[in-house]
Amino acid sequence: MTTIDTGAIGAAVPRAEFRTCRFSGLRIEANAEKLIKFNAVTAVLFLALGGLMGLLVALTRWPAVQILPADWFYLVLTGHGANVLLFWIIFFEIAVLYFAGAVVLGSRLAAPKWAWTGFVLMVVGAVMANYAVLRGDSTVMFTSYPPLQASQWFYLSLVLFAVGALIAVFVFFGTLVVAKAEKTYDGSVPLVTFGAITAAIIAVFTLASGAIILVPTWLWSLGLVTNIDSLMYKVVWWGMGHSSQQINVSAHVAIWYAIAAMVVGAKPLSEKVSRMAYFMYILFLQLASAHHILAEPGMSSAWKIVNTSYMMYLAVMGSMIHGLTVPGAIEAAQRRNGFTRGAFEWLTKAPWGNPAFSGMFLSLVMFGFIGGISGVVLGTEQLNVLMHNTIYVPGHFHGTVVAGTTLAFMAATFLLVPLLFQRDIIWPRLAKWQPYVFGLGAAGISLFMMGAGTLGVPRRQWDISLADAVLRFEFPPAAYLMMGLNGISGVLAATGGVMFIVIIVATILAGPRLDRPGAKLAFPLHDKARERVSTYGSEGTLKLPGTIILVTLFFAAFVLYYFVNWKYLSELWLFR
Amino acid sequence: MAITPPSNRLWWKEPIHGLEIGWIVISFLWGLFMFFFMIAWHFIGQQNLSTETYRVTTAAYEQKVIDFADEYQAMDENGDYLEEDFVPVVRPPAGADVYILARTYEFWPIVELERGQSYRVHLSSVDLQHGFSLQPTNINISVHPGYEHVMHITPTESGVFGIVCNEFCGIGHHLMTGRIRVVEPGTGDAATGPADEPADDSIQAEG
Ligand code: HEM
Ligand SMILES: [Cu+2]
Ligand SMILES: [Cu+2]
Repeated sequence: MTTIDTGAIGAAVPRAEFRTCRFSGLRIEANAEKLIKFNAVTAVLFLALGGLMGLLVALTRWPAVQILPADWFYLVLTGHGANVLLFWIIFFEIAVLYFAGAVVLGSRLAAPKWAWTGFVLMVVGAVMANYAVLRGDSTVMFTSYPPLQASQWFYLSLVLFAVGALIAVFVFFGTLVVAKAEKTYDGSVPLVTFGAITAAIIAVFTLASGAIILVPTWLWSLGLVTNIDSLMYKVVWWGMGHSSQQINVSAHVAIWYAIAAMVVGAKPLSEKVSRMAYFMYILFLQLASAHHILAEPGMSSAWKIVNTSYMMYLAVMGSMIHGLTVPGAIEAAQRRNGFTRGAFEWLTKAPWGNPAFSGMFLSLVMFGFIGGISGVVLGTEQLNVLMHNTIYVPGHFHGTVVAGTTLAFMAATFLLVPLLFQRDIIWPRLAKWQPYVFGLGAAGISLFMMGAGTLGVPRRQWDISLADAVLRFEFPPAAYLMMGLNGISGVLAATGGVMFIVIIVATILAGPRLDRPGAKLAFPLHDKARERVSTYGSEGTLKLPGTIILVTLFFAAFVLYYFVNWKYLSELWLFR
Repeated sequence: MAITPPSNRLWWKEPIHGLEIGWIVISFLWGLFMFFFMIAWHFIGQQNLSTETYRVTTAAYEQKVIDFADEYQAMDENGDYLEEDFVPVVRPPAGADVYILARTYEFWPIVELERGQSYRVHLSSVDLQHGFSLQPTNINISVHPGYEHVMHITPTESGVFGIVCNEFCGIGHHLMTGRIRVVEPGTGDAATGPADEPADDSIQAEG
């Protein structure tokens, strides 16, 4: 971190400028504020581009519509994967890191010049990737499995992007050091920052794997390396590709905790358990690249089992714990706020009209029920054969990364924008509906793609009627129905996406100003005065019947779905 | 609050809520169960993907498949070689080594197996990665160039099965299909089986 600090000791930095947010009481430094704004806005722009591509993909895979011709479909699908999964998510995550480092700790950002360097590299990489894809000679999907070869610009762009992101991650670490040294906080770092640290540690591992595999692949595209082994590539590439999903999980879980804290005043049931759950991620999440190698020749079963289960599902246990502690913390807080009747008054009287809260809660529920359960089933050594590379796979990860991560990031944006831009959400009525529209659409694309996948529909495929194939066969009519419903859900999700982007952009440009005396937030933050029974929440008195019911439901669904799939598997042909 | 430092500086000494302990125990045990169930399935289950794999050059593999097709290509009653849509139909004896080749954009050749018999099926690609997806049974296996994957496969139902490529392999990815026929033991006739797939009109013997 010394290099970063030397950057920081440049001319102007020690004169850090701070302002204090009137609503949240957070101390915000000018450089941090600007960098968070730029990263977050850039993220939203890539979401707009990638989302549009997603809509086109969904409409093409709707057999009755099939809006794009085959070559454009594959091109746009490559662009969709890169723009949303890499650029939208990672730009936003950098904003989250800077927020959890500088703003939450009330510190200045270490080495703003390096932070800008990282940002510029990322932008250059992201723009270059789109250039490479639109040229038409890099239609290889964002996974770019060799021997299929893209143009050199494609690999180079991803390397540049990864280097930029890595710099940003180190700026975050530097900020932690600065905050500690300048004593901007007292005691241990807040849980949200702890979650961000988890994300950042995994990010280092991930981005390094990315560089290890993409640099030789880039040389190969230049003709300097003769051969890239297809299996080795997959193993290392997924060391980046899958682990980076755990950055997303860590980041959006941190956001769940943050929103619950800001909107209903939730505090973790116990810091120890929540932190331990994060720690499980650091220890074991790196392993899961095997999720993508289960149907591959050449890897041993022992390796597959240990790796795919993150060492006996200890990381899954981490997620299951957050799945309990987040709603548990909300229930405890709401009961403290006076909503104590029955098992669920705390939930029914929650601020459902606040898009930050509703987005967060929908994200929590859908990530667990749709993305989480399907992910464990898909990642089970033998069960994988049932759906590997069918459209079940995109179904699963739209449950994690769209219904989970993207929705959580959107929810966070509704809080971040007033905080950073000091402008209030411009159309609160529209904003109220946004999480529901997007959430319903995201749930639809996840579930219908999963459904179509169980009927054998392949992923990344332009025409399931196989009209021009030599040897034809028919997919069942239900598969066509599922793909049609997926198209309709895609339109819904895209509508929710447009609502989000329009509201955010309009708010930034023309939202009512909040830096005037007397200005009020359309979606108020938690008001301490609401806490009636201040003792509620101490270990002895805490009763959480609603959360118990919710996790019981979740567990029942999990076990049932798990065994249903073993039953399907047992009915297949025999193979060993 | 989660965005402020823990109110209790000694947070690691706080007692854990009973509900949390209960849930941790359940999650942990469930994880252990799922972990050991994967291992157990290797002993009690009939569906475990083989890990038998050999390095092979693409040219050598292609030759093996051609030799296999030459040796066992099926003949009709007139002694003419059997083809479907100009793809040879190959009828290996029960228990034999069966070779299937993936290449842009086909799985070659069509093999005809007997229900209930076990075969050593070899699978590899001569160019890009492809995805072997058997339909409507929904068995999905990745195919790599340079790796010869050998599996013992026993069809448990007769009928005509499609193979569709489910790994993106270029602009013709959606054209890439193949076929496996499974006949009742001793009949040499797929149509007598309880095929849940209505015979498609493109499926007919030619030649
Ligand atoms: C408007 C919202 C969206 C719609 C309608 C949509 C729809 C789709 C569809 C239909 C596929 C293609 C499946 C296939 O043919 O294999 C797909 C692929 C994918 N989507 Fe989305 N999506 C949306 C948003 C997102 C977001 C926000 C993310 C990430 C955060 C995302 C990540 C991906 C990825 C990684 C793929 C795989 C690309 C590949 O196979 O190479 N999508 N999406
Ligand atoms: Cu193929
Ligand atoms: Cu293909």
